[in-house]
Amino acid sequence: MADEYKPQQIEILLVDDNDDDVVLITESFRDSKFLNLVHVVNDGAEALAYLRHEGQYKSAVTPGLILLDINMPKMNGFEVLAAMKADPQLRTIPVVMLTTSTRDVDVARSYDSGACSFVSKPVDLEKLKEVVKQFALYWTLVSVVPPTRRIDTA
Amino acid sequence: MTTDTVSAPLEILVVDDNEDDVLLLRESLRDMPAVTLLHACDGDDAIAFLRREGSYATAPRPGLVLLDINMPRKNGFEVLAAMKKDPELRAIPVIMLTTSNRDADVVTAYSYGACSFVTKPVNFDRLKLIATHFVDYWTTVVRIPRARD
Repeated sequence: MADEYKPQQIEILLVDDNDDDVVLITESFRDSKFLNLVHVVNDGAEALAYLRHEGQYKSAVTPGLILLDINMPKMNGFEVLAAMKADPQLRTIPVVMLTTSTRDVDVARSYDSGACSFVSKPVDLEKLKEVVKQFALYWTLVSVVPPTRRIDTA
Repeated sequence: MTTDTVSAPLEILVVDDNEDDVLLLRESLRDMPAVTLLHACDGDDAIAFLRREGSYATAPRPGLVLLDINMPRKNGFEVLAAMKKDPELRAIPVIMLTTSNRDADVVTAYSYGACSFVTKPVNFDRLKLIATHFVDYWTTVVRIPRARD
């Protein structure tokens, strides 16, 4: 049995092109009092560069979990998800879609493509904070994510 | 938009050969009226239930599957693989619920398409706490695919 009473600390990669949303979400994580480290990239192509340690992301830490917006420039969330699931190095990282969409087709397509959860961004800040808190509780206390290896930059 | 206080009803299929564990899980969810627990006792039984074969012709399509790993006949990974290959079943979120906490099992679970990996707590208070957060997450934070009947 794991040390059940100690929340695991996970690093999260937030992929979102909306700066206002990024600020609100990262603040909500801070308020949730869970010491999750949130890294941010602003579009799909950048997300893959981050995950593959390309260019400026050479020493980036592989995240334990990804929060992925759907509508983004250059490469949308579904394209990022498909690329991750086709990549043996990235396919085990849990991906949570975090989007303004509430459409049933987007929900079904997300799970069908290998997303592990679909979260609709609440517009109300208090609700967003509650969602982030429950989210942090779940992924630190209830569910285990695969171990991540700190990639050697050598 | 997430609904704030009202939880949508949720039917969960628990696939576990350990009757005691199922009983404890049922007990831990007793105060949560939004949740209905359905039970399959091994991997073959789970697949029959999900495909509505034999005595399961009128079985409901569960919103979530809670899947044990070590079971007779067909283990959890085999059930997971079969579900992910089936276009009718592949969108149903599968959460591994197991006594294992081995890194290799966690990695295998996610690589086969599990949505989450939960280690069964040994004590009941802890199980109740986990069950509460679990239900909060899957009913108020997350949207799951609508059952296609």
